[in-house]
Amino acid sequence: MRVAVIGAGVVGALIARELSRYEAEVLLFDREPEPGFGVTKANSAIVHAGFHDEPGTMRARFCVAGNALYPEICAELSVPFRRVGALVLAFTPEEERTLSVLLDQGEANGVPGLMLLSGAEALAREPRVNPEVRRALWAPTVGITEPWALAQAAAENAAQNGAQLRLGEEVLGIVVRRGKVEALRTEKGVHPVSAVVNAAGLYADRVAMMAGVPFPPIRPRRGQYILLDKTAEGLVSSVLFPTPNPLSKGILVLPTVDGGILLGPTAEDLPPEEKEAAETTREGLFQVLAGARKLVPELPLTETLKTFAGLRPEPEGGDFVVGESSVRGFYQAAGMRSPGLTAAPAVARSLAEAIATDLGLARKSRFNPVRPPIPRVEELTEEEWDRLIKEDPRWGRIVCFCNQVTEAQVVEAIRRGARTLDGVKFRTRAGFGRCQGSFCTARILAILSRELGRGPEEISLRGRGSELVWGKVRP
Amino acid sequence: MRISVDVAVVGGGAAGMAAAKAAAEAGAKTLLLEREERLGGVLDQCIHPGFGLHRYREELTGPEFSYRLLSELARTSAEVLSGTTVLSVQPGPELLCANQKGLLRVQAKALVWAGGARERPFGPLLIPGTRPAGIFTAGLAQKLVNIHGLLPGRRALILGSGDIGLIMARRLHLEGVEVVGVAEIRPFPGGLLRNVAQCLEDFGIPLFLRHTVAQVHGRKRLSGVTLVEVDERGQLLPGTEKFFSVDTLVLSVGLIPELRPVEHFLVWDHSRRWPWVNSFWQTAAPWLFLAGNSLTVFDLVDTVARVGEEAGRNAARYALGDLPPVSTLPLRGGENVAVLVPQACIPGEPVSLFLRVPKPMDQAVIRVGGVYEKNHKYLRPAEMVEIKLPAEATTALAGKNEALVEVCPQ
Repeated sequence: MRVAVIGAGVVGALIARELSRYEAEVLLFDREPEPGFGVTKANSAIVHAGFHDEPGTMRARFCVAGNALYPEICAELSVPFRRVGALVLAFTPEEERTLSVLLDQGEANGVPGLMLLSGAEALAREPRVNPEVRRALWAPTVGITEPWALAQAAAENAAQNGAQLRLGEEVLGIVVRRGKVEALRTEKGVHPVSAVVNAAGLYADRVAMMAGVPFPPIRPRRGQYILLDKTAEGLVSSVLFPTPNPLSKGILVLPTVDGGILLGPTAEDLPPEEKEAAETTREGLFQVLAGARKLVPELPLTETLKTFAGLRPEPEGGDFVVGESSVRGFYQAAGMRSPGLTAAPAVARSLAEAIATDLGLARKSRFNPVRPPIPRVEELTEEEWDRLIKEDPRWGRIVCFCNQVTEAQVVEAIRRGARTLDGVKFRTRAGFGRCQGSFCTARILAILSRELGRGPEEISLRGRGSELVWGKVRP
Repeated sequence: MRISVDVAVVGGGAAGMAAAKAAAEAGAKTLLLEREERLGGVLDQCIHPGFGLHRYREELTGPEFSYRLLSELARTSAEVLSGTTVLSVQPGPELLCANQKGLLRVQAKALVWAGGARERPFGPLLIPGTRPAGIFTAGLAQKLVNIHGLLPGRRALILGSGDIGLIMARRLHLEGVEVVGVAEIRPFPGGLLRNVAQCLEDFGIPLFLRHTVAQVHGRKRLSGVTLVEVDERGQLLPGTEKFFSVDTLVLSVGLIPELRPVEHFLVWDHSRRWPWVNSFWQTAAPWLFLAGNSLTVFDLVDTVARVGEEAGRNAARYALGDLPPVSTLPLRGGENVAVLVPQACIPGEPVSLFLRVPKPMDQAVIRVGGVYEKNHKYLRPAEMVEIKLPAEATTALAGKNEALVEVCPQ
C-alpha cells in the first residue's frame, strides 16, 4: 500500500512520521526543496493551551490534545520545546470579563492549570508588563518551540522509518477514478497511490480541487513580526497575550527558544490568490510596535535583529478540515490556521490511525521514534566537545561566530537534507545571529557547493529562483 | 591543552599583527590568535590601493599592507595560532579557544583584543518588503568578489556611502555589474571625499544624498528597490518614491565594534556607546587592552597599526610589571564630538586623541580643557582628526577633575 502526503510543513511531516509507524510505503511531497519552508517557517512558534478556541471545534479538540503530545514528541525528535506558560493581560473591565469567558472556555476544553491572577500577581511574574494591568489569565501549559525544526525532524524521522522524501517535486494533479484516488501526477512522473493526504497549507484549496473535492478558497492572513536579539533575553519569561478580539489572538510579546524576543503578529486578511505575499509593510511594523508596547511599554528596540512576515491559512468557517473527504482515499489536514502548529501532532496521529484502519495497515514491529539531534557545541561539556574534535577536526572549525556553529554541524545538516542556506540556518542556527550571515555566508556557500557537488551559482537561499550569486567574476 | 604566555593578542588583522609584533619586541612572550586560516583580517579582501601612505610612505593595496606587517611580525618571537576561535575570556585573563586540534586554554598576563568590527546588517534597518536573496553587506559582497571570485548579481544599488560602499560601487562596476547608484540618507557622503571622487564620479555612478530604501521587492531573488527622499529630520517624503529594477542591494550602513567575549569587562560611555580606554589603550580592567576597529572604527589602517603597536607595547609592559597604575585625567567629549578615543590622559605625558565630528563643519576650532586650541578649515565625519597634545598641555591639566574636548564653529 502506498500513501502520499502533499506538503512537508509541520502538519504533513508529522503525518508522514505517524504513517511510517505502519506497514505502508509513505511518500512525502513538497514543491520546496526542504521541509517547513511554507507556513511553518514564519509564525509565532507557540504551543497553545487551548483556551482561545470555542468548545466543540476541531481547533479546541486538537489543540488541547496536541499540546499534551508536545513534550514526548519533542523529546523523541530532539526539537526544542519549553513550557514557559502564558499570561493573557486585561487592562479594562470589559477585558476582565473576556478573561472569565476564556477561563470557562478553556476549562470546557479540558485545558489544565488555568488560573486568574490579579494585576499585582501578573506583575510579580512579569515585572516588565504595563503596570496598568488589572487582571491576567495564567495558562501554564503554553509552550514555545521551533516549528521548522519540528518539520525537519519529523520528516527526517519518517525517512529513518522508511518514508520517501520527495522534496522539490510539485504535485500537479490527482487521478481519481470511480470516486477513489488512484495516483498522483507530479512534475517528475506518475505515482500510483491508495491514499493521499492534503496537508498543503495555503495551497490546500488548490490540491483539494485537483481531486475534485470542493474547497472554499483559503485566505492568507498575514502576520508581521519584529525579532529582538538574544541581548534582549529576560525581557519576558512567558508568552504575553493581550485580551483577544474576534479576528485574532492579538499582538504578543514572547521569548523564543534560543533566547530572543518576538513581537507580533499583525492579522491582515489578503485575497486568496496572494499566497506568496509574505512581506512586511511600514504600517504593519508600526502596528506591531504599538501592540507590543501596550503589553510591555519599554522595548529594547536597539536590539532588533530582523523583521519578517508569515502567512497563515485561514479557512472559510474558521475551523480545521480534518479527515476523509467525499473522494475515497483523499484525506485532508487543511485550513490549519492557528493553533495549527499545536494541533499538528494530534491531527497527525488521528489521521494516520484513520487511514491505517481504512486501508487495513498493520503496525510495524520496528518503528524507531528517536531522531538524534545535531549536537550544538555550546550545549556540550568541554570534554565532550574536545573528544568530538579529536575524532573529526571539523568540530573545531567555527563557521558561524555569532552562534558558534562548526563546520561539522553544517556538514551534518547537509547530510540530513539541508540543500539551501536557509536549510542550514534552520538546522544549525548558523547565520541566525547578530551579524546575520555577513561572516558565514561565503563559507556556508562554499561548504554547500562542495558537499552537494554543485557550482556556487546553483546554491540558493531557499530554493530555485533564490540563487545567491550570479556566477564567476570571470568565466 | 594549556598554554601560558605574557601577552595574548586576539585578532590577526592590522591591529592584532601590529600589537603582537610590538609586544614581542618589548620582550613579552606573545601569542596571536586568529580565527581565520590566515592572518590579514579584512585587508586581504581590500585589493584596492590607498593603504600605507603614512606608515610606509608608499601607496599599497590591502594585501600588500598586510604582507608588510606580516613580515615585520615574522621577524619577532611572537607565536601565531590561526584557525583558532576564542570562545570565552575569564579574568586573569584566561581564554578558552577552539581549533581543529581541540579545545585550548591560554593563560596570559595581559590581553590585547583586536577583534575588528562587524557590519550592520539589513534586519535592524527595519526596511519593509520581502526577504529575497540578493541583499548583501558590502564586506560580504567584497569577500565574494575578491576572495571567492563570485559575482553577486548583474544590477546593483548600494545603500549607504561609507567607504566600503563606495569602493564596492567601483569594484562591481569594473566587473561588469550595472551599478544604478549609491543612496545616502544623510545630506553628505559617509565615506572619504577622495573615494566619492575616485569611485563614483570617475565612473558616472550617481550619488543620491538624502535618500533611503523605502521598500525591497522580489519573492525569491531581489527584483527591485524603492528609493525615497528624506527631509532634514530623516522622515520619509511621500510622493518622492523612485523604483529601481535591481537584483542586488549592497549595504554599507555602518560598522559595529566586535567585542563580545570581553564586553562585560568594559566600562561603557552610555550616551555614545564606546568603551573607556586610557592613553595606554588600557580598559577599566587593567589587563585588557583594546586596539583597532574593535575599539572604534578608524579611518586609516595606518592609524590602526600604530594604535595596535602602542596597545601591544603597553600590554607587554603591564604583563612584565612595568606599567604601574597611574592616575589619569578623564577627557569628556562635548559639543560636536561624535567619537573620542582615548577618554583619559596622563598629566605630564604627551597623548594623541582621535576625534570624529558628527556632521561636516567648515571653519571650526577644536579645544581641549583650555590648554589646547586648533583651527580647522574643514572637518568631515569620515575623516578622523588626530589631536596631538604635548606634555606641556597635559601637565597644565593636572589637578583638574576632567577636561572637555569640544569642536566649535569659529
